[in-house]
Parts: sequence; C-alpha cells; structure tokens
Amino acid sequence: MIIQFLIILFILFVLWRTLLRFRKQDITFREFIIWAIFWLLVGVAALAPKKTDIIAQWLGVERGVDLLVYISIIVLFFIVFKIIVKLEKIDKDITQIVRNTALRKNDQDE
Amino acid sequence: MKTVVVIPAYNEGQSIGKVISELKNLSLDIVVVNDGSSDQTKEIASSSGAIVLNHFINRGQGAALQTGINFALNIGADIIVTFDADGQHLASEIEYITKPLFLGGVDVVLGSRFLGSKNKIPWLRKKILKLATIFTRIYTGLKVTDAHNGFRAFSRQAANLIKIKQDGMAHASEIIEQIKKHKLKFKEVPVTIRYTDYSLKKGQKLTNSFRIIWDLIIGRISR
Repeated sequence: MIIQFLIILFILFVLWRTLLRFRKQDITFREFIIWAIFWLLVGVAALAPKKTDIIAQWLGVERGVDLLVYISIIVLFFIVFKIIVKLEKIDKDITQIVRNTALRKNDQDE
Repeated sequence: MKTVVVIPAYNEGQSIGKVISELKNLSLDIVVVNDGSSDQTKEIASSSGAIVLNHFINRGQGAALQTGINFALNIGADIIVTFDADGQHLASEIEYITKPLFLGGVDVVLGSRFLGSKNKIPWLRKKILKLATIFTRIYTGLKVTDAHNGFRAFSRQAANLIKIKQDGMAHASEIIEQIKKHKLKFKEVPVTIRYTDYSLKKGQKLTNSFRIIWDLIIGRISR
C-alpha cells in the first residue's frame, strides 16, 4: 500500500535527521536511542498493522490504529498543556527582566 | 504624605504631554512607564518633566503598572495613584480619589464612571463595561460598579500587598481579586471619563474581553 511506503519513507527521513542531530551533539546518546526505538516501533506498526491489534485487544480496544489515535490525542493534550504552562512562565520571566532593567536604568540615571 | 502618580503608556505620544502638564499643577511625583512604545512617548514624557521608566519591549498595561508601583514604593510613596495616559481622566479628580485614603479606614479607592450620572458613555462601550463588571463580580465576589477603570488609588500598605501578575488587561480583574484576597477595605468614588475620538480608539474592544477571560483562566492554571 502507498500509505505504508510513505510512512516508511518519512520514518527513514526522521531517523536520518535524528542521527544528524546526534552527530552535531544537539541531543544526547540516550535521547537518540529513545527516538530511534520509537520510530522503529512506528515502522513495525506501519509494516504489520494487524500485529498492533493484539496489544489493542489486550487493553480492550478493537483495532490497533484506534488505540494509536487515542494515545496520540492524550499525549498531544498533555504536551499542549505543558507548553501553555511553560509559555506562561517564560512570559513572566521576560516581564521580570524588562521590569528589572527599567528600574535599574533609572537608578543609574539619578 | 508623598503621592506618586503612575501612568502606564504605550504609544501615547499624542496625549501624554497634555496629561502630564495637567498633573504638574498638583504637588505630586509623576512616573510614566513607557511600555515599549514605538512613537515619541518616552521623549515627550521626559521633556514634560515626568520620571520615565522604560520597558525596552512591550509587556502590557498590567506589567507596566507593576513596574511603576515598584518604583513608587522604592521612592517612599505613601499613596499611589494609577492614571491613564490617553487623557480620559481628570487631574483635578485626584483630590477626590485620594481623599478617602487621607481620611483613613480605606486601603484602596477605585474610580467608577457608573456612580453618579455625569458621564455620557457611548452605548456599545457601556454594554461591554457592564458585562465586564458582571463578570468581575462573579469572578471575585466583590460588588464593584466599574471593573475596568484605570483611575485608582492605593495606600502604601495595599500597594505592597497587591502583586499584579497579569501583564495584559486582565490585571483590572486581578486587582479586585487581590483586594478580596488580602481583605483590603475599598471604596468607589465617582469619576468623570472624557470620551474623545482618541481615547475611544485606544480603548478596549469587545474582542479583548475574550482575551481577558482566557488570560484569567491560564493565570489560574499556572500560578
């Protein structure tokens, strides 16, 4: 199927990019291994989608792809929540920097 | 008693000079917080004789107010008045808004355009502000008549307790929330609002209210 071909192509691309990142030392060896295992598992699921049904049925979900969608949505929501909180913190930190600079500058002028 | 007026200003070059010159007749310290304006706000405020604090990037009115309040506390203010830069408040009414603090028994004085009947408020603006007030009443449980009025006065003690964390416009609701939290005594005083084409253009739009509600929800999560 074309979709399998496309997914495998995409996984190869991502693995290549991950390797480059590791070579440039943007990520640690451990991070590289974790990502590599993750994408290889995605590759297995793409090549043999019926195999994922076994795990899904064990958890009480009929099809593996359904399970994948459920997990993805939960993970995405969690990530969005984390990002919002983080952004809010960065926002506050920036304000604090701008405020301190404004107050300190005025001290020097006097 | 030392009174310091804090004026947050973002691109208010057209009005800031006039606002400062009106305030200069009173014996007050005038602090303008230039909130990363891209116009001449900073230069005009300086040459008009105000103390100018400079946010090097725009952080929002709430952030600017807190910077000004910190500075006022540092220079030993006994009373801190917040005042809008767009010329909608009357310098002559600072007397009325600070009076309850001089008399004692009150920590915070809030200006209200809905007390008394001297204001002609444009129809849509009135509806938006009324909705904002109802929202603030539900949100904070305090009975205020005008939630989003920039004309306020704080005692030194109140200014020390109130910490504005909302950088944007949601600070107005947040201040009232903190008045309740710290059990501060407040009083509302009728104030005049000069609605000009300029101040209307710079004022709050309906779409901003959704932003304010969103900010308050996010503020709750991440505090």
